[in-house]
Amino acid sequence: MSDVNAIAPRPDSLLRAALQSRSLTLGTAITLVFVLAALISFVWTPYDVTQLDIAGKLKGLSATHWLGTDHFGRDIFSMIMVGARTSIAVAVVAVGIGVALGMPLGLWAAAKRGTLMDEVIMRGNDLVFAFPALLIAILITAVFGPGAINAIVAIGIFNIPVFARLARGAALSLWTRDFVMAARVSGKGAVRISAEHILPNITNLLIVQGTIQFSLGILAEAALSYIGLGAQPPLPSWGRMLADAQTMISFAPHMALVPGLAIVLTVLGLNLMGDGLRDLFDPKLRRART
Amino acid sequence: MLAYSLNRLLSLSLSLVAASIVIFLLLEVVPGDPAAFMLGLNAAPDTVAALREQMGLDAPLIQRYLGWALGLLHGDFGISYTYKVPVSELIADRVMVSLPLAIFALGLSTLIAFPVGIIAASRRNSATDVSIMGVTQLGVAIPNFWFAMLLVLAFSITLRWFSAGGFPGWDAGLFEGLKALTLPAIALALPQASILARVMRSSLLDTLSEDYIRTARAKGLTRQQALWRHALRNALIPVLTIIGLQFSFLLAGAIIIENVFFLPGLGRLVFQGITQRDLIVVKSVVMLLVFAVISVTFIVDMAYALADPRLRRQSR
Repeated sequence: MSDVNAIAPRPDSLLRAALQSRSLTLGTAITLVFVLAALISFVWTPYDVTQLDIAGKLKGLSATHWLGTDHFGRDIFSMIMVGARTSIAVAVVAVGIGVALGMPLGLWAAAKRGTLMDEVIMRGNDLVFAFPALLIAILITAVFGPGAINAIVAIGIFNIPVFARLARGAALSLWTRDFVMAARVSGKGAVRISAEHILPNITNLLIVQGTIQFSLGILAEAALSYIGLGAQPPLPSWGRMLADAQTMISFAPHMALVPGLAIVLTVLGLNLMGDGLRDLFDPKLRRART
Repeated sequence: MLAYSLNRLLSLSLSLVAASIVIFLLLEVVPGDPAAFMLGLNAAPDTVAALREQMGLDAPLIQRYLGWALGLLHGDFGISYTYKVPVSELIADRVMVSLPLAIFALGLSTLIAFPVGIIAASRRNSATDVSIMGVTQLGVAIPNFWFAMLLVLAFSITLRWFSAGGFPGWDAGLFEGLKALTLPAIALALPQASILARVMRSSLLDTLSEDYIRTARAKGLTRQQALWRHALRNALIPVLTIIGLQFSFLLAGAIIIENVFFLPGLGRLVFQGITQRDLIVVKSVVMLLVFAVISVTFIVDMAYALADPRLRRQSR
């Protein structure tokens, strides 16, 4: 469990520790590569991803097509770049939904701890938790139809209780602290205390959890697109690329290997970054490790 | 303990009622009339109306909800729009694939994760520990459906040890059935085993830093003896919780994996129900899955309370 009571280290020592953390630097580097690829794809890709070239289909790795071509002759490297955009956009917005709704709910529940409101919020969370994430996604796409937007909503809904629980748990322990007591004595209300005193002290936890949910979001988007409930053609998405590759895996394995590796690397990068950040923000843990 | 159990049981029932309302209402707003969908595009309006009445779609919302929910309690899940057979029959068939698959995967994941986690914890910071942590980090990052495709490429297409998909049915014999479920179970188990091994390791490390372990060491036990005699049992509590949670991930993850391997399980049933707008099937299977998840959580809670008396008193 992370220690919310720890006093934040000074920024310069934080930066030094960040640069020393192998998992943080490696994870951030990998993540940045994919974020950059996604950003660059807005202005440049080696080939146009909508351009079909049936004569040049299913080519392996070469100097002209670095990562080969797919069954329509599209350049896989370009598709990976544009696919990164889809994955990252879906995951970022889904985490945003989780934070924007879950965090205030959790803070509110903690401020009203022990009341009916707290109970209602937490039971509501339990209810959402009872639906496995994919099941929520499948239900939502059943109702509203498949598509990237509905995938975002589905993954976002699953993120709400994650952040609500985290915020409530961390906030509860802060409400017993002297500085919160001092704020109450000075006449501040629950909303102001939550915003001015509780929130800044749980931001680190939210950032760490955010990276983890980000990577889970990428996996979930890939899974949804793979079964045809996420991003729809012609929008390239890693999950869809894998679905297309499945029937061709025996004679064009690169079509399956490349998007799969892209997913693995991105998720790995984010997880390493999350681990690194957690260690960084939690000096107690860092000391225990060294 | 009795008060705690009753409290948890009440909360379990309320969760189930709430979940059933959510599922029912969500699928109520699905666009499209099931009756019209069943009869096809060219159906005459009065035929559709007659079928609507026969299917009970004209009744008020609350009456339809109660009819469905009370039916569930009696094991009556309604009639599938597309298969024209009772949903309970469909579910009974499909459970015979999904449940063994989930148990198989859970068994595999536990069998792998326990020794791996224990080895990593007992050799903390050694090369073994670092490599185990590296591999599990990778295992968590691999999407299970992609891993499934790689397994098919390696063991079905190249080595030809297993078939690439399909299920012969248990009538073909236990061996054939289990063989068909092996690759899917491995694909499902990999990320779960990675998570579980990491939890096992960190839980053991937490326990090993407790005072009673120091006491055990002080009285002359080696680190290994202390680990096996005292730490392991206490470290298992969080691990069991994760195993409980993983069951629900396995059920949901199976929706994807069953599609990769064309297994006639619950996941594929839900998926087909959605594409064919067979909403009564979707509604009932989703409810069943949620029921399974909530029940497992309940069982884990109770096991927890049995293991740790403090929890019974501080129940919220």
